[in-house]
Amino acid sequence: MSTLAKRRLYAALSHAIIIAFGVVMLYPILWLIISSLKPGTVIFSNPGLIPESVSLEHYVKGWAGVGRIHFSVFFINTFIVCAAVVAANIVSCSMAAYAFARLQFAMKALWFGVMMLSIMLPTHVTTIPRYVMFHSLGWVDSYLPLTIPKLLATDAFFVFLLVQFMRGIPKDLDESATLDGCGRVSIFFRVILPLSGPALVTTALFSFLWTWDDFFNQLLYLNTPAKYTIALGLRMFMDASGNSSWGPMLAMSVLSMTPCFLLFFSLQKYFVQGIATTGLKG
Amino acid sequence: MKSKGALQRAIAENAAGYFFLAPWLLGFLALTLYPMIMSLYYSLTQYDMLTEPVWIGMGNYIKMFTGDATYLKSLQVTFAYVFLAVPLKLGFALVVAGIMNQKLKLIGLYRTVYYIPTLLGGSVAIAMLWKRIFSSDGIVNAILRAVFHVNPPAWIASPKYALYTLVILTVWQFGSSMIIFLAGLKQVPDEYYEAASVDGAGKVRQFFSITVPCLTPVILFNLVMQLISAFQAFTQAFIISGGKGGPLDSTMFYTLYLYTKGFYYFEMGYASAMAWVLLAIIAVFTAVIFKTSDSWVTYGSGD
Repeated sequence: MSTLAKRRLYAALSHAIIIAFGVVMLYPILWLIISSLKPGTVIFSNPGLIPESVSLEHYVKGWAGVGRIHFSVFFINTFIVCAAVVAANIVSCSMAAYAFARLQFAMKALWFGVMMLSIMLPTHVTTIPRYVMFHSLGWVDSYLPLTIPKLLATDAFFVFLLVQFMRGIPKDLDESATLDGCGRVSIFFRVILPLSGPALVTTALFSFLWTWDDFFNQLLYLNTPAKYTIALGLRMFMDASGNSSWGPMLAMSVLSMTPCFLLFFSLQKYFVQGIATTGLKG
Repeated sequence: MKSKGALQRAIAENAAGYFFLAPWLLGFLALTLYPMIMSLYYSLTQYDMLTEPVWIGMGNYIKMFTGDATYLKSLQVTFAYVFLAVPLKLGFALVVAGIMNQKLKLIGLYRTVYYIPTLLGGSVAIAMLWKRIFSSDGIVNAILRAVFHVNPPAWIASPKYALYTLVILTVWQFGSSMIIFLAGLKQVPDEYYEAASVDGAGKVRQFFSITVPCLTPVILFNLVMQLISAFQAFTQAFIISGGKGGPLDSTMFYTLYLYTKGFYYFEMGYASAMAWVLLAIIAVFTAVIFKTSDSWVTYGSGD
C-alpha cells in the first residue's frame, strides 16, 4: 500500500472511531432531549431515540412548576444571582489582577503566593465560619452570601487568569500612556481593561456557568422556595413526588441546560482559551 | 530633593497597588483567613450555633477515628472514588487528546462535541438524568437486557454498584483535561513524530514514547487539580442518593457527610474538624505528588 493510501485509511479510521465514540458519549444527552418531548411516562425506560409522536406536555406541566411556584421564578432568580456574580467578579478580579500584573507595592510577592495557594484551598475549611458569619449578619435565606463575597474577589482563579493575560500586554503601552500624563488609575481604565477583553469574557463566561451549576452554596443559603434557583427547583421536583414527575423534571432539566448550550456555542473560543491557559477545573 | 521625589513616587505606587488590591485583600482576610482560624477553633469545640462553643480539645478528632463508623465509611468511599475516577478520567483524556491531535477535517467540531458532557456534567440536571438512566427500569438496563439478555442489577439502588455510576459520571466529563492536554501537545514539535515514523515506530509506540513523556508536566498539573476537586465532590452524590449518601452509605462522600453533620445535625465543631482533616489529606497528597514528580516529570527544553 502506498503511503498516501495508508494515510487516507488511517484518517478514515480516525473519523470512524471519533464519531462512534462521540455518539456513545452524547447518547444520554440526546436521549434526555428526545424523551422530554415524548408523551406519557413509560417512555423513560425506552432507550430509542426516534419519537413516534412529539408532545410538549412535560414542558407545560414542568413550567407550571412545583409546590405552587412557577418554574419561571427559578429562572429569574438564577439569572439575578448569575448577573450579580458576573459583574462583581469582573470588577474585583480585574482590579486585583492589575495590581499583581502591573503595580509595585510592599509585600506583593507574599500576597501573590497567598492568592495562588487560596486557589487550591478546599472550600469546606471556610464554609462553617462563613455560614456562622452570614447567619449573624442576617444574610441567610438571601442572595447576599452568594454574591457579596464575589465583590471581594474570592474566586482567586479568575485573578490568576487575568494576571496571566495582563502580563502579556506590552509594557510600552503603559509607558507611552504615562508620558501622555496618565496616572495608574487611568492606565487601568484606558489601556489595561480595554485590552483585556478576551480574558474578561472568559471570566464572565465561567462565572456565569459555575454559578448556574452551583448547588452546594445555594443549598446552604436559600431556604424559601420562592427564592430558589434552578438547581434547587429541580431538586424540589425530585423530592415532591414519585415516577409521575420524571417527565416534567427532565423537561425542565433540558430547559435549565439551554443557556449553557447557547453560551458555549456562541463563545467557544473563549472556552478553549480559558481552559488551556489556566487549566480551569471542571 | 531627588530622594524626596523617589519617596513620593514609592508612596504613590504603594497607594495605587493597595487601592487596586483592596477588594481581594479584604476578601482574603475576612472570608478566607479569619474563617480558617475560626474553623480551626471550632474543630476543638462542641458547637451547635445556638449556644457558645464548648472547648473539648481533640475530642472531635478522636471521635472521628475511633467512634464514628459512618465517618470511616465516608473516608473509604471517597478514597475509592478518587482513586478510580481521577486516573480513569486522566487516562481517558490523554488517549482522546492523542487521537484528536491530528490534522483531520472537522477536528474542531469533534473537540467541541467531546467537551459537551463537561459543560453540563456538574449540574443537578445531569445528576438527575444519571439517576434516571441507571435506575432499575432505566435505559442502561433496557439496553443490557435487549442486547445481552441478562438480568442487570438496579445500579443506583445497589450498595455494590451505586458508587461506580458516580465514577462513570465523573470520567464522562474528561473534556477540560482533554483540552489542557491538547494545548500541551501543541508544544510538542512535529519533528519528534516525523523522526519516530522514519524509525518505523507505530502510532501506539509514538503515543507512549513521545506523547506521554512530553506531556508529563501537564499530567502533573491535571493530576493535582483533579485530585483536589475529586476529594470535594458533592452535588452528584447528593442528588443520586437523595441527600442521604445511600444505599447503605455507599455514596456517602466525605463532603456529603460533612454537610450532614454540619447543617442537618448542627454539629458545627465536628464538621469543622472534618474539614481540617480533608485539608490535611489534600495537602499530603499534593505534597507527595510534587515530591515524587522529579522522578517522572520531564521538563524538555522544547527544542
